[in-house]
Amino acid sequence: MKEYTIALAGNPNTGKSTLFNALTGLKQHTGNWAGKTVTLASGYYRYKNIPLKIVDLPGTYSLFSNSEDEEVARDYIVFEKPDVTLLVLDATSLERSLNLALQVLEMTDQVLICLNLMDEAKKKGLKINAKQLSKNLGVPVIPISARNREGLDVLSDTLLKMCSGTIKTKPYKMKYREEIEAKIIKLEKELSEILGPDYPARWLAIRFLDGDSKLIAALKNKLASNGEGGGVHGSTTALGRSGGGHSC
Amino acid sequence: MDQQQRLDALAAVTPAEELDHIRESIVSNLFQKSRELCSKSVVIQDKNQLYKSEKLDRIFTSKVWGFPIMLGLLGVVFYLTIAGANVPSSMLANFFGWVEGYITLAFTAMNAPEWLHGLLVLGLYRGTSWVVSVMLPPMAIFFPVFALLENYGYLPRVAFNLDRLFKKSGAHGKQSLTMAMGFGCNAAAIMSTRIIESPRERMLAILTNNFVPCNGRWPTLILLASLFMAVGFTGGMHTLVTAFVVMGMVLFGVIITLLVSWMLSKTALKGTPSHYTLELPPYRKPKMLNTILRASLDKTIYVLRRAVKVAAPAGVLTWVLANIYIGDTSILLHFVQFLDPFGQLLGMDGFILMAFIIGMPANEIVLPILLMGYLSTGALTEVEDMAALKQIFLDNGWTWLTALNMMLFSLLHFPCGTTLVNIFKETKSWKWTFVAFAIPTVIAIGVTFAVAQVIRGFGWV
Amino acid sequence: MKDQSDMTTLYLAQSGQKFLIQKVKIKGDLKRRLLDLGFVPGSVVEVLKASPLGDPVSYRVAGTVIALRKEESQLLFGEVIQR
Ligand SMILES: Nc1nc2c(ncn2[C@@H]2O[C@H](COP(=O)(O)OP(=O)(O)OP(=O)(O)O)[C@@H](O)[C@H]2O)c(=O)[nH]1
Ligand SMILES: [Mg+2]
Repeated sequence: MKEYTIALAGNPNTGKSTLFNALTGLKQHTGNWAGKTVTLASGYYRYKNIPLKIVDLPGTYSLFSNSEDEEVARDYIVFEKPDVTLLVLDATSLERSLNLALQVLEMTDQVLICLNLMDEAKKKGLKINAKQLSKNLGVPVIPISARNREGLDVLSDTLLKMCSGTIKTKPYKMKYREEIEAKIIKLEKELSEILGPDYPARWLAIRFLDGDSKLIAALKNKLASNGEGGGVHGSTTALGRSGGGHSC
Repeated sequence: MDQQQRLDALAAVTPAEELDHIRESIVSNLFQKSRELCSKSVVIQDKNQLYKSEKLDRIFTSKVWGFPIMLGLLGVVFYLTIAGANVPSSMLANFFGWVEGYITLAFTAMNAPEWLHGLLVLGLYRGTSWVVSVMLPPMAIFFPVFALLENYGYLPRVAFNLDRLFKKSGAHGKQSLTMAMGFGCNAAAIMSTRIIESPRERMLAILTNNFVPCNGRWPTLILLASLFMAVGFTGGMHTLVTAFVVMGMVLFGVIITLLVSWMLSKTALKGTPSHYTLELPPYRKPKMLNTILRASLDKTIYVLRRAVKVAAPAGVLTWVLANIYIGDTSILLHFVQFLDPFGQLLGMDGFILMAFIIGMPANEIVLPILLMGYLSTGALTEVEDMAALKQIFLDNGWTWLTALNMMLFSLLHFPCGTTLVNIFKETKSWKWTFVAFAIPTVIAIGVTFAVAQVIRGFGWV
Repeated sequence: MKDQSDMTTLYLAQSGQKFLIQKVKIKGDLKRRLLDLGFVPGSVVEVLKASPLGDPVSYRVAGTVIALRKEESQLLFGEVIQR
């Protein structure tokens, strides 16, 4: 049976490690401050007898890395191609969480969103319409409270369905200002010619446009090592299927 | 490669002077969209509840109360640890002593050779059991309390309150977060410096992290403070004075951290503070029981595992060194005698320096090695409680100066082996790893030397 | 949008005031970090509270609380929105 890999991504301090612990039964350290986790950790979780490999990532404010812990997270999300990227959003500060979510949706279709800290949101008098959000974003949105183990069953069910392809997503793709869009489309075309279908051309085009030199270096590195190792593997997963107009 | 060249060409697609502008518009668009999505799906029912954390911040980071609360909390944590650890420590020591008696009986009954008994019981068993009885109780109390504060969200407030001091020293405000991690383990704290974006300030945090006592060191601090610094006090007062002394040590470590950061910023790591942003998350009430149980279980397992992995072999090694003779003196004693003049100069002795050197792999074994060293020279006292421990020290000529300087040396000396390995992994530089070793070593020697000279000069001991 | 000369900096805004960001006059990495945190043109930031020693100051932005040193807040231009 195929083993599925699920990466936990999100802003710092949204409860990724707490969710990781709740699912895997392991003991990642948690703390109420941004930057507690700085390295990758992985563990296994069996749901309905299907093994899922869960990867806990450091938190990141965007896919544009600033510090080394964020780079670890960025590289994993972008280059390791997990079967599902499970975005953990903080229900009490959705605005900033969504900034990252929109970027991840640009890059891959295999995204599942969970709204964590729902208990806190309730305490703070926030009412969140997950259905509405899901409709707007084009991916499932599941309210949970990782620390109280609430909503984990629904989450796991949805995860499995996404892994097996039962749920098809139609992620919202950001549209930028006209002049920027024009540049993106041009770059995207060139990039997909150079890189082929295994890389998310539109997303990369945006990174090239705003000159993310660290990412470009990481990409070149990746290409060089693939060249040695013989081809890109795991191309059925996330990265290959994203992107806008091109197909080849 | 052709592919790579084509990518390079594309990488220069945006002229440098336009980059900032393009980024700005991309991210502005993203946030616009986020706000739009939020307004569609989030309803705020009660603004008052939403901003509760800020009301608490008005207290925890207030001009008047910010610092007193910080010091108070630190003191309370130490007080609880010391008050709570005393009895279980004695009980564990008693228990291990009692078991040792039976093990020894069994060895005698089996006619086991003396060296085997020495190696296994006086070396391995004692080394391990001392680590457990001295280390375990304080750790199993300190870390749950600390975890409560951490999960409540207090640490970023400490960073917020102290930032000005770090800025003045040319360091990053998040350094206080990495220092807080150092309380747990300096080796792990070295990894946590990854949260500091600027390489210069990250290096400062790495080089000074060692001045925060880690879990292997500050049971030593507590023990020595309670045996030698709080004499003449009893009961609650004794605990309070001990807590004050330990707190003084920690604060002294912080001052040294700031000073060293400041000096490095003026010399080898010149530069002005780079950018700084610190998130202050809302306070979250931790799950009390859960957090406490998990943290103390975690630490217990950690201490026990370390006891087996490091303390047991170190116990064996020390016993072997103390029992192989060259001439009529054991190897251990040769080493001790060699170090002794220098140790005396620093207000300590050769045994103490020997223990720090052999204890390099892990700080928690320094004290057990020291005891084993002392015991190997004379009568084989069984250490049944903390008073017996003190007697061993006194028999070897200790005064409060010896205790004070051992505490200072423990606080300031070179990082443990694991920490150095991590420093090398993170900096990928032998030079900086060596600097991380040299700075604390020099400071530890300098400070203990000065203290010894002053105190002896005034004739206080 | 206003001319730059009419703008003030976030640093000068008083505790309790709301501030509309119009220009982020920073370059490079820091700019990126501030943008990611929500300090983007068009965002409204609320000034919360100074640390006990006067600096840094905490701000509410994008539903979270972020502290900035004065070196940073002096480079964020915009206007105080009265309320
Ligand atoms: N009330 C409540 N608190 C939670 C919940 N999930 C996590 N927390 C708390 O939120 C804090 C942050 O949790 P972590 O799991 O460390 O967050 P993280 O996303 O791994 O953080 P980084 O590693 O810094 O990126 C901890 O103090 C948790 O106890 C939840 O569902 N409800
Ligand atoms: Mg984490």
